[in-house]
Amino acid sequence: MNTKVEIAGVEFKNPVMTASGTFGSGMEYSEFVDLNKLGAVVTKGVANVPWPGNPTPRVAEVYGGMLNAIGLQNPGIDVFIDRDLSFLSGYDTKVIVNVCGKTVEDYLEVVERLGDQKVDMLEINVSCPNVKEGAIAFGQNKDALYDITKRIKEKAKQPIIMKLSPNVTSIAEMAKAAEAAGADAISLINTITGMKIDIHKRQFALANKTGGMSGPAIKPVAVRMVYEAAHAVNIPIIGMGGIANAEDAIEFIMAGATAIAVGAMNFHDPYTTEKVVEGIEEYMKKYNVQDINEIRGIV
Amino acid sequence: MANKMKKEAKVLGCGLLADGIYELWLETPFAKDVVPGQFVGVYPVNKATLLPRPISVCEVDTERSAIRLVYRVVGSGTAEFSLYRPDDYIMILGPLGNGFPLDKAKGKNVVVMGGGIGVPPLLETAKKLSGEKVSAVMGYRNSETFLSDEFKKYSDMYIATEDGSVGTKGNVIDAIKANDIKCDVIFACGPMPMLRAIKAYAQEIGAKAYLSLEERMACGVGACLGCITKTKEIDDHSRVHNARICTDGPVFDADDLEM
Repeated sequence: MNTKVEIAGVEFKNPVMTASGTFGSGMEYSEFVDLNKLGAVVTKGVANVPWPGNPTPRVAEVYGGMLNAIGLQNPGIDVFIDRDLSFLSGYDTKVIVNVCGKTVEDYLEVVERLGDQKVDMLEINVSCPNVKEGAIAFGQNKDALYDITKRIKEKAKQPIIMKLSPNVTSIAEMAKAAEAAGADAISLINTITGMKIDIHKRQFALANKTGGMSGPAIKPVAVRMVYEAAHAVNIPIIGMGGIANAEDAIEFIMAGATAIAVGAMNFHDPYTTEKVVEGIEEYMKKYNVQDINEIRGIV
Repeated sequence: MANKMKKEAKVLGCGLLADGIYELWLETPFAKDVVPGQFVGVYPVNKATLLPRPISVCEVDTERSAIRLVYRVVGSGTAEFSLYRPDDYIMILGPLGNGFPLDKAKGKNVVVMGGGIGVPPLLETAKKLSGEKVSAVMGYRNSETFLSDEFKKYSDMYIATEDGSVGTKGNVIDAIKANDIKCDVIFACGPMPMLRAIKAYAQEIGAKAYLSLEERMACGVGACLGCITKTKEIDDHSRVHNARICTDGPVFDADDLEM
């Protein structure tokens, strides 16, 4: 039975990854999960300098999911390399670093700093809805997405994954722009912009007013977008959005994803990633699937 | 510090302590590891809810390997918890956070101060401080002074109520002044205006204050960066003056906080 998948020449022991921002750099969750069992750890977004993020409240629960507006708080690339990458180098899993920035130059600085590090792939965050500059500004216009992808691809030593926003008119158009500019892969979906109002306090539930929605309630939207993207491009797709168990993961794979990532459900159950790995194997045994790649895009 | 775990806990007891204030006794293997001031994440079974509800540990019974949670029903999650009965099972994540630094109270006049639903974690704190000179000053809205009798077992107990129905009329600071309570070290939990007042009072009299904070949180284990508080010094995690309440706290030295 084969659970290995390949993306841009990088081989993953299984298709299960962590969604950026929901797993830190793995340190906190290593108390619950054996990181060696995961296909990859995708780290929380890192910029060229530390970012303080947004005011609190930063999170709110909504029906079947949650909103967050953390605002990409991160320690900057120096601390990240010294501490987080050192920590991850002790594990037998692939490392994908999520990169964020306010300007193209910010992104390029981080990408260049990571060039000689033990990092398997870079995920470029052009889809965070919670910061005023950068991020989603590059991810909602196909020309802007094409330009930043091309510029990063020119500088990157590792294969790049463009992380796409669902807050667009056509996900297929965005996927095509990333592919045309040379992206090695795409990941989707980032969170869906939402809002919650506290009617007792007569104010927004989040200090940022809007936040990104994640959790099981967004899964059908994510599966649909992965399916549309898979039919629009030939580069591999990492699918995510509300994955709670192996059944959800397999849905994404059948929609066309090569790998999948567990996000908000890590908060619900810190053991989710490992359970998804085990559940995929059980599914393969039950349905006599010899190779996980057999069922990719099968619908 | 003890390893965190997410595990089903057996309900040993439940009850209504005051209007909207409930208790649950839960049997859990990590009970013996709980430090006063730590909290647990409690999961509603309702599939529409994703996040654990952070609730402080009010008491520990090591003989029964049990923890006591006292909480206010504020939404659908806590409303669900109030329906649990003995022999039911409930999913919890813990132990979470750092807890109160009890060693700072050694040989000192220590005052535990709670306000509203910030009262419960101070009970186990007062219990573990036995041997020291402990005063408890608890603030309530009205005469529903839940847990106040239990504090009398471990401390000299003083009450402040907003409506003046019991004890000193006013807040916990009013009660400290009215009763001329000696105070070198304060352990406190309650609403932010109360904690700010305690910080100011501690500075005024030259006492040390350790404050337990509350914030909306998602993961509870330090990964999501949802529950931060502003700190004077650069924090270890993100180097941006944002401490994580769930893991660096919930208890902080008041002098370290920008509040």
